[in-house]
Amino acid sequence: MWKWLHPYAKPERSYQLASTLLPWFSVLSITTLLIGIIWALGFAPVDYQQGESYRIIYVHVPAATLSMSVYMAMATAALVSMVWQLKLADAAAAAMAPIGAVLTTIALITGAAWGKPMWGTWWVWDARLTSELILLFLYLGIIALHNAFDDKVLAGRAAGILTLVGVVNIPIIKYSVEWWNTLHQGATISKLDKPSMSTDMLLPLLVNILGFVLMIGAITLIRFRNEVIARNAMRPWVKELIAKELK
Amino acid sequence: MHFANFNDFIDMGGYAFFVWLSYGCAFFLIISLTVVSVRRRKSLLREIQSKQQRDEKLKQLRKGKNSNEPKT
Amino acid sequence: MNQPLSYWQTFSIVLMRDLKVAVRNKGDVFNPLIFFVIVITLFPLGIGPEGNTLTRIAPGIIWVAALLSALLSLERLFKNDYSDGSLEQMLLSPQPLFIMVFAKVLAHWILTGIPIILAAPLLALLLQLETNAYGAMLATLALGTPILSLIGAIGVALTVGIKKGGVLLSLLILPLYIPVLIFATGAIEAAALGLPYSGHLAIIAALLVGALTLAPFAIGAALRVSTN
Repeated sequence: MWKWLHPYAKPERSYQLASTLLPWFSVLSITTLLIGIIWALGFAPVDYQQGESYRIIYVHVPAATLSMSVYMAMATAALVSMVWQLKLADAAAAAMAPIGAVLTTIALITGAAWGKPMWGTWWVWDARLTSELILLFLYLGIIALHNAFDDKVLAGRAAGILTLVGVVNIPIIKYSVEWWNTLHQGATISKLDKPSMSTDMLLPLLVNILGFVLMIGAITLIRFRNEVIARNAMRPWVKELIAKELK
Repeated sequence: MHFANFNDFIDMGGYAFFVWLSYGCAFFLIISLTVVSVRRRKSLLREIQSKQQRDEKLKQLRKGKNSNEPKT
Repeated sequence: MNQPLSYWQTFSIVLMRDLKVAVRNKGDVFNPLIFFVIVITLFPLGIGPEGNTLTRIAPGIIWVAALLSALLSLERLFKNDYSDGSLEQMLLSPQPLFIMVFAKVLAHWILTGIPIILAAPLLALLLQLETNAYGAMLATLALGTPILSLIGAIGVALTVGIKKGGVLLSLLILPLYIPVLIFATGAIEAAALGLPYSGHLAIIAALLVGALTLAPFAIGAALRVSTN
């Protein structure tokens, strides 16, 4: 059943696959994001409570939700590499960590920029913002651990273990931060998750989320190719690649 | 189009700073990550190339030595 | 012919060895404790001596100081064994790694966790903690510090082969300590207000059980990567 997948365990095949997929992802993500952002900024109706400032959610929500999904994808890759000893899964996880960190940073900055007009301060210790901040720390830890090893293969395995430890901890951290938040502030009004959003507001958001997914895919492919090259520097196919690209 | 004119669009109902700050930061971060990732490929290939050339040179040197040895 | 060591024998041999090594270099036992005391005395100096403020922030200070001193002492958990090669011998031995790792972590807790628990009431006195919160403080420290040792050991196992692992270790480990910190200080605050805190203790105990079962596997896997 999974036989068709086996050739892709070979670095060369995966590299070629990534190269063929990359243009599709890039073009699709750029067009989707352009449509989504123009729609969000220029055409979506205004929110009667928050005014135009609500347009920030069109970046904030995709970045925040997908920052978590990227971590889950990394954890899946780490698990795959542990269970099946698939080195390429480590390369994929390593490729995704900086993307996750950037998404978390975007979610934090846009959260703060949205909080200033709404709450009156740049930062509140809101449960979501706090757990997003902790998620950023987890990402930074994984990246730092990855950079600390000279040997890429060892780095991938060590970072994989840390990722899995983190994935066990994330629900606990999330739960504890939420509990801590209600303890100290009473129920905060989370204005970011409006239960009922009108369709003409929701549609551009969905388009943007799709655009972000495609963009994450494209950047992952770019970084995945780098990781594969770095791990296979001595292979003949990399030599051919160099001969072809750097004359 | 939701906004009446371009100035209204830039002004964002008085929230211009916050909205454009968010979009600007997000755009800047994503673009720089992409640029860094794309450039890394070229520099990586170059690094590997120079390492290969170094190895090649070393091999030639060693070969040269070996062929010289019987004469002396 | 030599009888193979039973699990219990392995466990006690490793435990006794670590305790003995630590007793011979007394600094290993006392330095984290002295650090704990100094950090706690810094807070009144930095914040001011008003009793009310200190009482309010005492649980947080004690727990943050406990986290930091645990972090400080963690590095030596595997470092010496790694540099003299005995760690590799342990990995090669036929005894299960789980048990040896467990014994080492327990030794670490005995050497750093218990002194902190013993010193805490004295320091709580300095911070003018509410009298009815002492029990909660001791209970949370007793249940929480083993978690610090267990989770910390994962980080140490990952960074033991790296030259400058110290700062990296704190980056990896401190975010994972957050739930313990939250529930422990929550319990102490609840106790100070005279509210029941058994729920908090139950959650910390659950975290401890979780860490006890899962952490040794992660530590073992990390050690295998580091000694590679």
